[in-house]
Order: sequence, then structure tokens, then C-alpha cells
Amino acid sequence: MWAYIVRRILATIPVMAVVALFVFSLLYLAPGDPAAVIAGDQATPEDVERIRASLGLDRPYLVRFGEWVWNIARGDLGISIFTNLPVSTMIAQRVEPTLSLCLVTLLLAISVAVPLGVVAAWKQGTLIDRAVMGFAVLGFSVPVFVVGYLLAYVFALELDWFPVQGYTPFSEGFLPWIENLVLPAIALGAVYIALIARITRATMLEVLSQDYIRTARAKGANQASILFLHALKNAAVPIVTVVGIGLALLIGGAVVTESVFAIPGLGRLTVDAILRRDYPVIQGVVLLFSFVYVLVNLLIDLLYTLFDPRIRY
Amino acid sequence: MDRRTFLQASAATAASAGFAAPALSQGANARTLRFVPQANLANFDPIWGTQYVVRNAAVLVWDTLYGMDDKLAPQRQMVEAEENSSDGLTWTFRLRPGLKFHDGEPVRARDVTASLTRWMARDPMGLMIRGIQEELTATDDRSFRWVLKRPYPKLLVALGKMSTPMAFIMPERIARTDPFTQISEYVGSGPMRFIRNEWVPGARSVFEKFNDYQPRSEPANWLSGGKRMLVDRIEWAIMPDPATAAAALQNGEVDWWENPITDLIPLLRRNRNVQADIADPLGNIGAFRLNHLHPPFNDVRARRALLMAMDQEDYMRAIVGSDDAMWKRLPGYFTPGTPLYTEEGGEILKGPRNLDAARALLRESGYTNQPIVVLAAQDQPITKAQGDVTADLLRRLGMNVDFVATDWGTVGQRRAMKNPPSQGGWNIFFSWHAGADCVSPAANVGLQAGGDGAWFGWPNIPAVQQKIAEWYDAPDLEAEKKVIGELNRAALDNVVYVPSGFFLGYQAWRRNVSGVVKGPIPFAWGVSKS
Repeated sequence: MWAYIVRRILATIPVMAVVALFVFSLLYLAPGDPAAVIAGDQATPEDVERIRASLGLDRPYLVRFGEWVWNIARGDLGISIFTNLPVSTMIAQRVEPTLSLCLVTLLLAISVAVPLGVVAAWKQGTLIDRAVMGFAVLGFSVPVFVVGYLLAYVFALELDWFPVQGYTPFSEGFLPWIENLVLPAIALGAVYIALIARITRATMLEVLSQDYIRTARAKGANQASILFLHALKNAAVPIVTVVGIGLALLIGGAVVTESVFAIPGLGRLTVDAILRRDYPVIQGVVLLFSFVYVLVNLLIDLLYTLFDPRIRY
Repeated sequence: MDRRTFLQASAATAASAGFAAPALSQGANARTLRFVPQANLANFDPIWGTQYVVRNAAVLVWDTLYGMDDKLAPQRQMVEAEENSSDGLTWTFRLRPGLKFHDGEPVRARDVTASLTRWMARDPMGLMIRGIQEELTATDDRSFRWVLKRPYPKLLVALGKMSTPMAFIMPERIARTDPFTQISEYVGSGPMRFIRNEWVPGARSVFEKFNDYQPRSEPANWLSGGKRMLVDRIEWAIMPDPATAAAALQNGEVDWWENPITDLIPLLRRNRNVQADIADPLGNIGAFRLNHLHPPFNDVRARRALLMAMDQEDYMRAIVGSDDAMWKRLPGYFTPGTPLYTEEGGEILKGPRNLDAARALLRESGYTNQPIVVLAAQDQPITKAQGDVTADLLRRLGMNVDFVATDWGTVGQRRAMKNPPSQGGWNIFFSWHAGADCVSPAANVGLQAGGDGAWFGWPNIPAVQQKIAEWYDAPDLEAEKKVIGELNRAALDNVVYVPSGFFLGYQAWRRNVSGVVKGPIPFAWGVSKS
């Protein structure tokens, strides 16, 4: 197993290299000019040229790429063109809100979607099943920002239960931290809940038709034990796979959610950087997201062994 | 550790983390003003980056020698007294005593000369002054002398102007930074200190009251007079989404919002705790730029055809909606309600529109149905609105429109390209100018018509340049008005760019906030919170 983990971690290196090349080239080819954005709308063409030169943007592609790779290899993600701050500092400032949002969303989604899926499978064809599947369709169909605005209107503006926007660091207390995350997590989690609930239902239906379930019933096991001990455990592998794959969904959704709820996370950092063409920041964040995604997939693979002891690496 | 033990341990850890003891949150502080600015403070060098949001933050941190009042006259700010020699060539300035930077160091004349030198390299008026400068030297700690090769009557206007970049005074060690390189230390002598370690670009910027600031004794008036801070701390919360900012203001999570969109004003006005009013009486001038280098708009007849056909009302309604109080027709290039405002030569933009005559003029210009590349940034509502209206106008004129719907970053790059439109260039892009910048030709960058050195579109119209030069030398207001009338006529006759109208914007604040004034910058001095 340890050899497998080391192999997988080493395998991330070429993956990251391809991502790096792709990201750098894409940004190089994409239209847009940070110098023009920095100079402002009133700047003359000469001013823009001077700024471009001072940022080194007038140098050839290979020179810039080589320098960037060399710095990355030394753990230096570069300096933001706009803020003059190290990209690593900017990412560090933004990691906690995004991590918190994703974590709370993940917990919320799993704790809501799995029971929903299990119950829908158990009550297949009934009103409950149809209600759960209807909710899943709604979760898939309604955009994150619409859910976000509705939640903010009802629970923040009308009922005044939660703040409309912002983020409070965990270090300032659990309650203020969670208060700021409840609405964004529900908004972001809707599509995730829908996805997991549907997969859970489908997998559970398959498992519930297996012989060993019939045997468990014949032995007099109660319904809860059949569903949650015997069936769910055996349905866990596809569910965990979807949870992992869904992380990309979560990262994409976080970009919108963070804008709607003014959460200073990595999603907003990415959008701001793209709009301004802050190349070092875009490159740094995309590399980070890719790395996290690769690691999560590795983690999911390892989790298989916990849910299904027959799996060995 | 076996599989079951691992799962049990993980569950226990997650549970214990979930029920960690809550900590107490910090209470709201009545001495803290929570402000939503127009944009993200992505950098903080007001000479290097000339965005308005940088200037608006910079006026809190850095002071200027002169400050513009609401009559658009420069008043002494850091300067105690000045003297101009009888030949107009030598200016001598003395600083007020007791001025200090945020690091505790006194403000010295050599800080001023270094700051002005950096500013001159980036500012259009500064470049003119640098071109006629004989010497700029500190004569002692509080005095400096500026010797010019020829008189420059608008010197104090240049030092006190509100358009970017403003002539901010920094410590000499910072001001020696190359003007095209960003500074990394934010030390000023203004009424607030910038708290760098709380700065999260894209999310939050924090300013704290500078207790050693020496306000002038006069009452504050825009950028002049005593800048007395009535709050201890200002927190800028960046909110890219207007709906979120509106909700936060209604909910009392923020106190003051610089630029609510017009659509949300009725909603805000329904909330008894919120007040909304005009932000800046000097407003904005909508503009679309034509590329003077390539057909068809290298021919003045094609440019004039657009002026004949366009209806500014279409543009203004697309930008500000149905509220007629928020816009005006603008047959010219100068800000309505200011001393130099003129409509001379503006007949072409008045009266019924004549599409048939415009089509005929376009044919005369030799337009051969080539595609007109229209760059429209969709992420800026003002440019998007102008783009949509213009595309329709061009089609009604029988033109072949290549509408490039893109983002501002791309427009910013592509508008600088002088290639023919068919080879990556362009014919039209959209912008707008702050009314404060259009009160005179000094900061009216869009009006410059010096060819390669002019703003994007590169109009080359000697008659316009001649009138701008005459304005700089005009000895008094009457002479200035005469020249500006002629300038407006020359600029419209030759269509330097197309003015699409004059429009206002709103600001909104909680009713427990008082002292908010109308002006081109959200002036925080004199603002208090109960």
C-alpha cells in the first residue's frame, strides 16, 4: 500500500507539469493585457508600453516560461502583478474561507444526501422517492446564485437569522464562523446533495436486490440495520467516488458562491485575477486546485480499502 | 490500526472538532465606518496605478500640496504660502509647520520635490511642466523653489487636481521609486494610515486614524480645508455583486455604499434605515471612441454621420434607466454646470435625428460595407449598454457590424493595437469619463488630438491641439471660456470622439451615518456614525 501511495504521489509530478505547461500557454495565448488594466482608462499607449516592459511582459514566451518553471521548482509562485504581494501570501490569505466553505458543504451534503438516497431507495416508487428525486432535479437545475439570493433574502434580510455576506475566521469563534457559512454552504451544497442522493439511491437499489440482503431479512435483521449496516456499507464505493469527483463541482461552485456571499476565498481570487489578467495569481491558483484535485482522487482511492477490505493495492 | 479502528477514530475526531468551544466574536464598533467602494483596491500606488479606486483610497493616506474645493478652485492644503515672481517663472512654496508622515518623520521639502518628480513622469500636466522646468529644488526643510522656462498659469491647478494621478506627497525614499514600478511601502501624511497587514486585495482594506495629522483650520470642502476624521477606523469591504452590497446595506452589515446601481435605488429607498442620493454632481460623460487611423472613420464625413444619426437619449436610458433626473443631453465635451461648460458647435447633436442624411454622408465618405469592428466589454454595464445601442445604430445606418462582445481586460489590450480592424485592430470601443476630469482640457484625456500621442483612436487634429495650447496660456476665466467654446466647436466639427451624454450616479448610506457629501470622491472626513 505504501509503495502504491508513493507511486501515486510521484505520478502527480508529470500531471502537474502538463497542467503548468497548459496553464502558462493558455494565458500566454489568451487576449488581454494586465498593463492596460493597471494603467487605467486614462493612460496613454506609451504609458501602457512602459508598464508592460517593467512587468517583463514584452519578453519572449520561452524566457518567461523558463523563469516561471524555475521559480515554481524552488517553491516560489511569483509576485502578483497588481498587488505586488507574493502569490503564496495571497493564496494563504484566501485558503481558510474556501476550505471552510468546502468542508461545511461537504459535511452538509453527505449528511443530508446519503440518508435521502437511502430512504428513496427503500421507499422506491412511493411519494417519498418521487419527492427526493424531484428535489434532486431541482438541485441540479437551479443555479447556485439563484439559490444563494433566495436564501439571503429569506434567512438574512427577512428573518435576520444569518448575515448576508462576509466571513469570520474560525479563530474568532465557532458560532460566528458557522453563522457566515450556513447560507453559502446550503447554496453551494444543493447541487452536490442532488448528485450524491441520486447516486446513493441508484447504488442502494442495486445492493438491496442482492442475495445477502434477502438473507439478512430472512434472519430477522431490522430495517435500519439492513439499510445502514449491510446495504449502505456495500454501496459506499460508488458514493465515495462521486463525492471525490464532485469536488470539482464544489470548486467551480465556490467561485460563484463566494461572489454572491462576498466570501474572500480562492474562488473570488481566481475570478479577480482572470478579469485583471494577473497571470502569476491565475497560474498559482490553478496549480493549487489541480494539485488538490489529484490528492483528493488519491485519497478516494485509499478510502476504498476502508469500505471494501477486498480491495488491495 | 485496523480499518474499523481508523473509522471510529476519524468519527470521534470530527465530532470533537465540530463541538469545539465557541469563542466570542468582536462587537460592532460605532467608531468604525464600513464602506463598500466602487471596485477592488488591487494595488496601492496612486502614481503607478491610475484607477479611480486607488485615488479614492489614496486621498485618505497621502496629502497634497493643494486641494480642489467644490468651486473647482485649488486651495492651499500642505502649503502654508506660495509666491510667484513677477515674470511668472519662479514659484516659491513654504510648507505648513508640524506636518508628519505616518512613520513619525517630519514632511520635508525634499520629500515634496522627490514626490513631484515622480508624479510629473506619469501625469499629462506634469509632463508639460517637466518639459518647461528649469529646476525644482528644496531650499530648506520647509521651502522649495520651482523655476520654469516659461510661465505656466495652471500650476496650482495641476498640484491640486482630482484627476488621476494626483500629486500626492510621499517620503523621499519611497518617492524615488521608478514611476513605472509599484511602491511597496504605503506611508503618507494624510488623515488615515493604511493598515497593510489587514489588506486582503479583493476583499478588504483597512485605514486607521492618524492621530498626529494636522488638519487645516478651515472647514473641509472636498479636498481642501480641515480633513477631520470623526471615526477611528474605516473598513473597505469589496463586494463585486451589487445585490449582495444592497442586502448588506439594508441589513446594517455595511454603512456606506459608493456606487449602487440605478436599478436597486427604489429597493434601497423602501428601507427606512437607508438613504440614497446623487453621488457626484459632476457626473460622467459617456463616450465612444472611433479609430481615426483606418476606414471608414479616418474620414471625417463618416464620423460626422454618426453624430447626425445618434440619439443621446437612447444611450442614456440604456445606462441609467427611466429616471430623467439622472441624465442630460451633452452637445459637447465639457461637464455641465461647471464654469467652462459650453455647447458651442454642438448643433449636430441637437434636434431631430436625420438618418437619411447620415446614410448619404456615409456613402460620400466612401464606406464600402467593410465590417465595423465594435469592441464592447460586457463586464462593465456602461460599456455594454453603449455597445448594444451603437450596434443597433450602425445597422440602421446600413453598416456591416462585427460586434465583439468581450471583457474589459481584452478591450484594454485590443484598443491599443493600431493594426487594421481586419488584422486584430478595431473601429469603435466604449468608455466614459468622470465629469471631474472634463471640467477643463487639463485632465480631459479623451479630447487630446495629437495623433500618436493622443488617446486610443489617435485623432490627429491640429486645430484642436492649437486650442488646447491656447487654453493653457489663457490669463483669466473670460479668455478661457472663449477658447473652450472654439475648442468644443473644433472637436465636434472633427469628431475627436462621440459623446453619448451626461449621466449621474448614486451613493447610499445608513441613516445613522451623517456628514456624507456629494463629490467626485467619497470624502470620509467629516463623516460620523451614531
